Amino acid sequence: MSEVVSQAESENQGIGAPVRRREDLRFITGDGRYTDDINQPGQLYAAFCRSPYPRVRIDNIDASEALALPGVVAVYTGQQLVDDGLGDLPCGWMVKSKDGTEMISAPHPPMAATVANYVGEPYALVLAETLQIAKQAAELVDTDFTELNAVVDLAHASGSENIYEGIENNLAYEWALGDEDATKMAFARAAHVTTLDLTNNRLIPNALEPRACLGMYERGTGDYTLYTTSQNPHLERLVLSAFVQIAPEHKLRIIAPDVGGGFGSKIFIYSEETSVIWAAGKIKRPIKWVADRSESFLADAHGRDHITRAELAMDEMGRFTGLRVKTTANLGAYLSTFGSSVPTYLYGTLLAGQYKTPNIYVEVQGTYTNTAPVDAYRGAGRPEATYVVERIVDQAARELGKDPADLRRMNMIQPEDFPYETPVALTYDTGNYEASLDKALEMIDYAGFEARQAEAAERGKRRGIGLACYIEACGLAPSKLAIQLGAGVGLYESGEIRMNPTGSVSVFTGSHSHGQGHETTFAQVVSDKLGVSYDDVEVIHGDTGRMEFGLGTYGSRSLAVGGSALMVAAEKVIEKGRKIAAHMMQAQVDQVDFENGQFTLQDSNQSVSIQEVAFAAYVPADYPEDLEPGLTEKAFYDPNNFTYPAGTHVAEVEVDLETGVVQLVDFVAVDDFGHIINPLIVDGQVHGGVAQGAGQALMEHGIYDEYGQLQTGSFMDYTMPRADDLPDFRVDTTVTPCTHNPLGVKGCGEAGAIGSPAAIMNAVTHALGNKDISMPATPEKVWRAIRGE
Amino acid sequence: MYPFNYHKPASVSEAVSLFRNADDPMYLSGGMTLIPTMKQRLAAPTDLIDLSGIPEVSGIEVSADRVRVGAFTRHNDVVRSPEINKTLPVLSHLAGLIGDNQVRNRGTIGGSVANSDPSADYPAAVVGLGATVYTQDRSISGDEFFLNLFETALHPGEIITHIDFPVPTRAAYQKFPNPASRYAVVGVLIAEFAGTIRVGVTGAGPCACRASGMEEVLNQNLTVAALDAVEVPDAGFNSDLHASAEYRAHLVKVMARRALADLLGQ
Ligand SMILES: Cc1cc2nc3c(=O)[nH]c(=O)nc-3n(C[C@H](O)[C@H](O)[C@H](O)COP(=O)(O)OP(=O)(O)OC[C@H]3O[C@@H](n4cnc5c(N)ncnc54)[C@H](O)[C@@H]3O)c2cc1C
Repeated sequence: MSEVVSQAESENQGIGAPVRRREDLRFITGDGRYTDDINQPGQLYAAFCRSPYPRVRIDNIDASEALALPGVVAVYTGQQLVDDGLGDLPCGWMVKSKDGTEMISAPHPPMAATVANYVGEPYALVLAETLQIAKQAAELVDTDFTELNAVVDLAHASGSENIYEGIENNLAYEWALGDEDATKMAFARAAHVTTLDLTNNRLIPNALEPRACLGMYERGTGDYTLYTTSQNPHLERLVLSAFVQIAPEHKLRIIAPDVGGGFGSKIFIYSEETSVIWAAGKIKRPIKWVADRSESFLADAHGRDHITRAELAMDEMGRFTGLRVKTTANLGAYLSTFGSSVPTYLYGTLLAGQYKTPNIYVEVQGTYTNTAPVDAYRGAGRPEATYVVERIVDQAARELGKDPADLRRMNMIQPEDFPYETPVALTYDTGNYEASLDKALEMIDYAGFEARQAEAAERGKRRGIGLACYIEACGLAPSKLAIQLGAGVGLYESGEIRMNPTGSVSVFTGSHSHGQGHETTFAQVVSDKLGVSYDDVEVIHGDTGRMEFGLGTYGSRSLAVGGSALMVAAEKVIEKGRKIAAHMMQAQVDQVDFENGQFTLQDSNQSVSIQEVAFAAYVPADYPEDLEPGLTEKAFYDPNNFTYPAGTHVAEVEVDLETGVVQLVDFVAVDDFGHIINPLIVDGQVHGGVAQGAGQALMEHGIYDEYGQLQTGSFMDYTMPRADDLPDFRVDTTVTPCTHNPLGVKGCGEAGAIGSPAAIMNAVTHALGNKDISMPATPEKVWRAIRGE
Repeated sequence: MYPFNYHKPASVSEAVSLFRNADDPMYLSGGMTLIPTMKQRLAAPTDLIDLSGIPEVSGIEVSADRVRVGAFTRHNDVVRSPEINKTLPVLSHLAGLIGDNQVRNRGTIGGSVANSDPSADYPAAVVGLGATVYTQDRSISGDEFFLNLFETALHPGEIITHIDFPVPTRAAYQKFPNPASRYAVVGVLIAEFAGTIRVGVTGAGPCACRASGMEEVLNQNLTVAALDAVEVPDAGFNSDLHASAEYRAHLVKVMARRALADLLGQ
């Protein structure tokens, strides 16, 4: 565990120091500035009319009564947006089916126009002088619907009525990866085959701050500004401009101020924000919309939702020889911004796990249903992959009568195997999987488990232990590779470092922080690299009007890609500074060294500080002739590989045999994130991720009933994990630095949520005497399993 | 939320007359049920009559054989009252299991009992302890107070002023919380009065009720093992995402066993 060091006391606030997050003071004292805190004179309030049914034809919308209500300014329908020439909300990643055909996108107008395809889909927008009037007017909009047959059950969706004309069997694509024939051979020759059916439960993100926006249009200039809860403002601008055609990019500014959590759900381009910025242009007044929690449940993109059959082939020794996986993935009613990539390139590619399985073949049916769109949620594809691999490996160990740790160890990729090319398209650069396994087993006291189990039995509890040795691919991503695989955008990141004339530093990044603590870590990186005081570095993000470009924050990419961009920019600052310093010291450039903020003339006691150099750059009285004034540098960093964090999570649970209640009683996470910039923040990210993973394993479940109504539409029924559901997590790290980025970092934002569900469910299965139940392991389900049902 | 008129009367009679003269009035106590319902636009009273300024409905009075709790008493006041902790500790314990701290700081016993939420905790105490519910007009026996899902013996406009709990020799409450809402999936309160046992159950059926089968058996034989012989049929029990009727019936038995073990100090 890292020790908390107050900023004042800690001498070192550079790379590796457990600096407290500078943003926390404003967050925890109520001084954050979130979208809803921002108001404009004359602003209107938006409320949406949402489909009450999962699949309808919209026959007629009569807004006369709504418009008659005093204070109502306008009602716009989805059809009006289409008629005005707006384009569809696009999916940003083209996935090809195994037969080579392109995926089929369902038409996705910015608001439902002629049909609506899930409960909660917006089809009309009401604008009024107050929020209460807007909400009341939304209720007065009188809409005639014709109900159509809805497809809700994922398992039977492909045999049901087609939701969209021309999309047969409700399949967007049938994707495959790996060598099918070779894998088949491996199974034909196997000494033992383990088969496991798994479901990965649908999750609903629930960031603390719901989605919100404030759209504005400047009559005098024709400029649009959208304040919004976005994880990636530039991407939002690109999509709203190039695809939806709200306004050209230079006339559209997106600002994501303080944002209270995202977990993926704020990456995507949604109906509400799109309609609001469009309507602001129409009505020429600012418009505010803030989702209430019920709207978040219905209309934020959900996560996960897979049904999978997995088979693992082994030889006599238990060496893995083949893995075959067939998954039905729920895409919801539309392909959300990255919805197509999550169950394919972010999932199938991870099925090698930490093991040398030589033959892997995976098929994924991307399936439409009349439910909210499903897209990336913390981990995005990698928790699903880890769940498959780590559950079936455990199952195999039990069938073979082997210790699950031993079976894993025997199959692991070894340090000398790197770089290791998997049969599913990735090349792992580095790692030491046994090191984290060993450390985790020691921390949990693996050998002492039986004694703990016996002690629990005396209290009427059944104790189980479960491992997950996960790997994930993050630091998204090498642009060229991503674009080859179908991505519609590059996945580099930009950074800019401005040395101000008086020596302080303004850092601009295209990454976006919505809880990750960039303002602290990025300042640590830059202050360390430039040798300036941490307090002299300010990090600015989240505004297309202030920074170059950016692809934002998701896929645990901020530090690995955005931080690396800053390292490159800092290097450029130093190189220019070296020229200025050489001139100041009347020396040759190659005679000047840079260290700890000082440019020093070799073999002399002469030096100038970077602050003095900055001043000279802005007040160029005596200055190199061929050099531009100013000291500000930009960089775009495009990684040449993903990063591959990996580690071992171990869970211990106790099951109450009378009630079926599962208590998570101990949890150890040993992760390899490469070099660590701020151990305090890394611990926090792991804690949060594990809490979400525990939520998935034991509590959270987004459930639609057979009629397509969301049954878990509030916290009364959707079980969020709370602090008292969780034990004190014990976390530690091992380090193999990433080989291909200048910081040697890998990314820690999602790992907690990736490894923990499998570890916890393995522990539950163990406690239940190897009886397999589906996630989440809720009390009644476990009780029935105990009774042998 | 729809617009409404707000009133803050200073006496029960003023509250009642405000009620009689309004279109579609509702009393507001802690607001922990009513306000969220209004925010979700599921309730739209024309007039809200706030009971927080009425001395007659507040206060706690404790004597050797009874505990009188004013309807406006907040859950946390019951949790923290030294007198109740001493004389009727089961009530403080039960109140401490309601919701979270924020809810306990606002919610009141009168609001909880008047609401007859099938999964609320206090109703188990009203029934299990054989309390008497007092209104401005009359007293209603705890056994006859809860009629159905969100339905009580209260007439329109009738205000609960206080609730009288007789003090048992010993009592215990066990709750199986809903993992999401933390309301009771099932709650069982067992109390012993001069040799007679009362068992109050909440969460299982449409409203809180006594478990007479258990009472009969326990009156004969006050042991945890005796409960094994009791059948708990699940007919008419609630069934939802979190617990089927069958599982609830099972939980009634488990919670009863645990409550009895507590009561017996085992
Ligand atoms: C997050 C959350 C968790 C909760 N968890 C639990 C739990 O675990 N267990 C539990 O039991 N409860 C729980 N509750 C409910 C809580 O205990 C409420 O306090 C209670 O249900 C209502 O009491 P109130 O004082 O807030 O009443 P209000 O919401 O003000 O009123 C509720 C109803 O009672 C009527 N009313 C109020 N006072 C009187 C009176 N004196 N006479 C006649 N009618 C009256 C009102 O008109 C209204 O119809 C929870 C609530 C929330 C929001």
